[in-house]
Amino acid sequence: MSTLLPHPFLSAGLTLMWLVLNAPPSPGSIVLALLIGLIVPAVMRALRPAPVRVRRPGLAVRLLFTVLYDMLRSNLDVAAIILGLRRGERRTGFVSIPLDMTSSFGLSLLSIILTATPGTLWVQYDSHTGRLLMHLIDSTDSAGWVRRVKDRYERPLMEIFA
Amino acid sequence: MNGPDLPAWAAWIVVVLALGGAGFSLTGALGLIRLKTFYERVHAPTLGATLGAFLILAGSMLLLSLVEGHIVLRDALIGLFITLTTPVTMLLLARAAAHRDRTEKNPGAPPEP
Amino acid sequence: MSASTVLDWGLGLAQGMLVLAMALAAWRMLRGPRAQDRILGLDTLYLNGMLAIVVHGMRTGSGLYFEAALILGMIGFTATVALAKFLMQGEVIQ
Repeated sequence: MSTLLPHPFLSAGLTLMWLVLNAPPSPGSIVLALLIGLIVPAVMRALRPAPVRVRRPGLAVRLLFTVLYDMLRSNLDVAAIILGLRRGERRTGFVSIPLDMTSSFGLSLLSIILTATPGTLWVQYDSHTGRLLMHLIDSTDSAGWVRRVKDRYERPLMEIFA
Repeated sequence: MNGPDLPAWAAWIVVVLALGGAGFSLTGALGLIRLKTFYERVHAPTLGATLGAFLILAGSMLLLSLVEGHIVLRDALIGLFITLTTPVTMLLLARAAAHRDRTEKNPGAPPEP
Repeated sequence: MSASTVLDWGLGLAQGMLVLAMALAAWRMLRGPRAQDRILGLDTLYLNGMLAIVVHGMRTGSGLYFEAALILGMIGFTATVALAKFLMQGEVIQ
């Protein structure tokens, strides 16, 4: 199993991508998709990617929906800020967050989540101190943002990639 | 132009999706002009890259599925591609800007983490 | 109003909005003031151009523009990454 399919997620993703590109699937394209899913990861072994293990798939799906919801909400927030619809004072600034996570998969996923939600921007991560520097377009509630990153994203990611 | 042939309800849904997506993209580009500092401006194009692109691609998938008579999911690959690449470019750009501001000791330079 | 009229006007308007977004991004790219602002403008220009191609594909009702959009997105990504890296270290390839 492990010699034939060293990276099951990569294989499944490649097969699915090939099928989507060649919709509607014919028997020929299905065979080709399976072959690609089988061969390309074996070639990828030359790059020695670290194997990824997902512990709790259910939690990962829930995190996906949390992120999609947050993305929608912060899109509306940032659009309101740009169009000048927001009342009251807005301060913008940097905030530093101490992270407990050290897994590189978790950190790269966290960076994708934070950068893909408008309003938060991952600026720098220091692996020695484990602190993350983030820029907020609206930092009036920076303590709330620290809590939000740690509770909503970091804890599920740590459990998924534990 | 020889446009596609669709039922009226589908045409309205597609148009609403496309206009919504274009609206978010335009708002993002407007933010590029209106916001004052560079670090604020980096947030603006993300608007077009997330919800703007998502709405337009959803409209495109719906339209092409109805026109071609089977489900077309190709455009989802563009969405996946944008989702994976935008964070990388924004991250690199933010780091480069932070690096430059720190070496030049600008007043708006980010603090050390 | 027939379905094709709705589609033609609606998608044409969406395309016009995206072109306006491209113009705003180009303005930021030309005005600067700093190199990072110009790169950000260029990235936004590419992104909105890609979306405009997708909408154009919708107007013609053909899936032929999919590849064009994907390739434009890839070129934009590579260009922005190379420029950002140049800004950081002064050289692209090391």
